[in-house]
Amino acid sequence: MDPLSGFLAASVRIATPLLWAATGELVAERAGVINLSIEGAMLAGCLGAALGAAHGGPWVGVAAGAAAGLLVAVGFAAVAVIGRSDQIIAGTALTLASIGVTGVIYRQAFGSAGAGLDLPTLGAVEVPGLHRVPILGPALFAQPALTYLGLAAVPLIWWLLFRTRFGLRLRATGEGAAAAHATGVRVIRTQVIAVLLSGLFAGVAGATLVLAQVGTFAERMTAGRGFIAIAIVVLGRWRSLGVLLGALLFGGTTALQFAFQAMGLAVPYQFFLMLPYLVALVALAGVVGRVRAPAGLARTIEVG
Amino acid sequence: MRVAPRGAVLGWLLPIGAAALGLAVLAVGLAGLGYDAPSALAALWRGAFGSWYAITSATLVRAVPLVIVGLGIAVAFRGGALNIGAEGQFYAGAIGATWVALLLGSWPPLVGVPVVLLAGAIAGALWAAPAVLLKLRFGVLEVISTLLLSFVAEALVSWIVQGPLQEPSGIYPQSAPIPAALRLPTLPGTRLHAGFGLALLLAVVAWAIFVRTRWGFWLRAVGEAPRAAAVSGRIPVDRVIGAALLWSGGLAGLAGAIEVSGVTYALYQNLSPGYGFTAIAVALLARLNPLGVIASGLVFGALEAGASGMQRDAQVPSVAVYVVQAVIIVVVLVAVSRARSARTLAAT
Repeated sequence: MDPLSGFLAASVRIATPLLWAATGELVAERAGVINLSIEGAMLAGCLGAALGAAHGGPWVGVAAGAAAGLLVAVGFAAVAVIGRSDQIIAGTALTLASIGVTGVIYRQAFGSAGAGLDLPTLGAVEVPGLHRVPILGPALFAQPALTYLGLAAVPLIWWLLFRTRFGLRLRATGEGAAAAHATGVRVIRTQVIAVLLSGLFAGVAGATLVLAQVGTFAERMTAGRGFIAIAIVVLGRWRSLGVLLGALLFGGTTALQFAFQAMGLAVPYQFFLMLPYLVALVALAGVVGRVRAPAGLARTIEVG
Repeated sequence: MRVAPRGAVLGWLLPIGAAALGLAVLAVGLAGLGYDAPSALAALWRGAFGSWYAITSATLVRAVPLVIVGLGIAVAFRGGALNIGAEGQFYAGAIGATWVALLLGSWPPLVGVPVVLLAGAIAGALWAAPAVLLKLRFGVLEVISTLLLSFVAEALVSWIVQGPLQEPSGIYPQSAPIPAALRLPTLPGTRLHAGFGLALLLAVVAWAIFVRTRWGFWLRAVGEAPRAAAVSGRIPVDRVIGAALLWSGGLAGLAGAIEVSGVTYALYQNLSPGYGFTAIAVALLARLNPLGVIASGLVFGALEAGASGMQRDAQVPSVAVYVVQAVIIVVVLVAVSRARSARTLAAT
């Protein structure tokens, strides 16, 4: 594989978990909930995927990862939406709890050393013919199934948010819960559904990380990817296509690391570790002033 | 951010109840996973309070960074600025202090130690500065920017201890030890260092500033009702928020400097076991009251110390105490939100 198509393929591969997590977060934020617990849900998804895959193969792992992410979202919805608590602090708490719980369960399930865990993974599914297309072929047509599903979720979620009655109610809740409530929208229920969906997607994101990339589980392995996904939603201006482009931007900046290493550049690897976070900060500064967040974002609903 | 005290009975019962519930959840969870929960909790107790040495050299030593970073979190949260990247500011402070200490060499302690600590505080404030700029100039949520900066700081430490500040032999990923003259004095026979006294002093000073000064009043006004503070025309809202974040970062950086000059005497990659995040729970449990931060810092210091004991003696991974912390945060949050916590985001 030539360097350019290798770089593009790596970019898409690294972008996939971010795309899943950010697409889910997009739904939650459009409903007016900033869900910081997706970092924890993603980590739970990683462990769920590892446990599921170890017992029943990779697809059982995907299902278990999604379920684990959903479970964290249930906790977050109970505290932040139904319990009407500060969303940001509730999200931090649920993420802390996820770090603790996954750490304990992991050591219990795989031994205190925990090393050498080798899981069955999802291989690349090559689209006949197309994967041989120069440059873009490997990036777009020789990826694990979860990448194709993630790409398919982008237009689906767009359709759900902007072309359905449910999506209209959801966005109305996010822009002004009191007004939406007055017109008969069940605002709390809508936010709960949105949060559960974001947890489910974060769980799949974790499963992607474990089953389509790393092939093992490590404590705190998400390393802030959930928070990056939240930055991607802002970068993507709270739109589906923008989120996709934002995820690819991050995939690209992370993949640069491997490209530069292959070119033999003697830059310390830590600078490449910093790069995605720095790009996020700069990009946020460039984008935020010119777009408007959902008006009710992170506000506790007083009605319903 | 409104979690200020409301009613004395609730003020005392809530933290104790929250901590007890957290431990109960931990015990039930461990038992459910097949651990010997009673012996795990016993190991937790021994690790925190089992001996004079455990109390002074484990619990109190761990309480120092938690109290100081917790004060920083309380300052920011009181002003409605959610600084959840104190971990990065702590590391920035540790880097600044180590670098300056290695530069100073053997300055007399009376001058050298304050300079080292000040360097840490300044480095911590500088690490928070981009978040201030991004928030006030570009409207970027400080929640996201401070967190992202934390990850940058962790990568930076990793590079520094393997690059510019690596110890002379070039084998270990850590800095050279700082000069003996620049280390904080310790209580004989223990590892308890002078940073403990400084933490108590800072808490009293922060309390006095909150309660007795105009700036403290502004801070509370901006945190509780930003719009009212702005339309009053008498409170420079942006300056108050910016100053709160910078002081918050400065305190976290000071804690990093104290950790280097009082405990480790060198810069390491994993210097902090998540003090920056635990301190959020510390500040919340204290309901953002600086004097309360002393008490809750001691509780969490004991939890951290006990967690190490639990891992050593009962083979329960120390990360398990995060569950206790999370339960405490959730209980305090839900209890407070019953008194209706409505906060507005500056970005919207």
